[in-house]
Amino acid sequence: MLKGMFSRPENMRMFWKEFMRQCVDIGIGSLGIVLIISMFMGGVTTLQIAYQLVSPVIPKSTIAQIVRDTIILEFAPTLTCIVLAGVVGSKIASELGNMRVSEQIDAQEIMGINTKGYLIMPKILAAIIMIPCLIAIAGFLGIWGGQKAGELGGILSAEQYWQGLRQDFRAYNIFFALFKAFVFAFIIASVPSYYGYNVQGGALEIGKASTSAVVVTCVLILFMDYLLAALLL
Amino acid sequence: MIELVNIKKGFGDKIILPDVSAVMETGKVNLIIGSSGSGKTVMMKCMVGLMPVDEGKILYDNRDFTNMTEHEKKEVRQQIGMLFQGSALFDSMTVEENVMFPLEMFGKGSQKEKRNRVMECLERVQLKDAAKKYPAEISGGMKKRVGIARAIVLNPKYLFCDEPNSGLDPQTSLLIDKLIKELTLEYNITTVINTHDMNTVMESGDHIVYMYKGRKQWEGSNKDIIFSKDEKLNDFIFASDFLRDAKEMRQMEMFQSQDWRNKLKKD
Repeated sequence: MLKGMFSRPENMRMFWKEFMRQCVDIGIGSLGIVLIISMFMGGVTTLQIAYQLVSPVIPKSTIAQIVRDTIILEFAPTLTCIVLAGVVGSKIASELGNMRVSEQIDAQEIMGINTKGYLIMPKILAAIIMIPCLIAIAGFLGIWGGQKAGELGGILSAEQYWQGLRQDFRAYNIFFALFKAFVFAFIIASVPSYYGYNVQGGALEIGKASTSAVVVTCVLILFMDYLLAALLL
Repeated sequence: MIELVNIKKGFGDKIILPDVSAVMETGKVNLIIGSSGSGKTVMMKCMVGLMPVDEGKILYDNRDFTNMTEHEKKEVRQQIGMLFQGSALFDSMTVEENVMFPLEMFGKGSQKEKRNRVMECLERVQLKDAAKKYPAEISGGMKKRVGIARAIVLNPKYLFCDEPNSGLDPQTSLLIDKLIKELTLEYNITTVINTHDMNTVMESGDHIVYMYKGRKQWEGSNKDIIFSKDEKLNDFIFASDFLRDAKEMRQMEMFQSQDWRNKLKKD
């Protein structure tokens, strides 16, 4: 499948058009759910850390410091990608599965189109570009959500929160989060594409392929999460 | 002209096409008929290159399609139009965009010229008014006609139709048959139709290949079929009492014509 994907597109303009369509589908289409989960993710993290850090010798700003690192290192890339595996992964698998079953892929093959290059490659490229952007947004919103939850719950003030955010900040953590985002983005687009493209049968098989794609994608994300943490941290 | 020379195709131990040779003639509607499981769909998929053959050759105007490089195959494929059983229209595109798709991908010329060509094809299938509709908004017969418009938009030399009448009412079926026949003659295309439909066989079958258990059982035209003595073919084509009566009536009509009496005497 990889060999076919990397061959030169028949028509660059059509490839670009499809790539932009995928960028909109993956990026804009998933923005809503990313906004919601990241804000709540930050809020809940603040509340739970405050609940556990009860020692009077630990300054309140430490809560923000832990929230920042947890969100940047783990929650923004991994949790968001697990959700995206469901949202984007199932959409890719069912779209390609439906195209396979209804002979739309065969129709393109007969026209002389390299369908792996035209249908799968734009999805992978769009995911690799859009998902890190979504994760960056998730990181910012998660941290912002943490601040708001801290203020609303009377746990710590905005000044204390910002002071904590600036303490011991390591830029490497951002690099690590974005590196994970690129790896997860590739998994989120390629695994469902493989399952969708190779569907055989009817509607039932599309559903099965979609479910399998999401499950395998989630497991691979968690496995790679562990592997990257072990190698890069 | 498309020639199939001793093609063999199997899946694992199961041989679907043991050894088939046939010629699909230019400017004629060539039909592949046979009961379900007789290998006609596999044969068509081998012809268009969706399935590789295990042995044998497929020649497109004497060019060996089976031994071509991917690049050469792509060139031949751009001369092929295909109408699928389920129409295979792209759901996310309008009727106009569906017909425009092959032109956008491979066509030359300005956007205006391409649009004019699309409108010309849609007018040919009487669907100009449905140009802005999505496939989900049109009927089965209209979908087939959009499929035909998309198949002919690049002026193909070869047109393949996989069960073009399945799921359609008799009147719409006749309309589709008529359209395919007209296009075949108009553009001098080599048309290959895979069908079960007896109306199509009798109305459009310039050249018919009857498949039985993966083998070519009979070959001839829609006129020959009336006088065929092949038992298996007769059981398949004239399956009901009504059709057997119709066959006898047609035989009598044809026998009364001088040309056919002469032909039968010669045979």
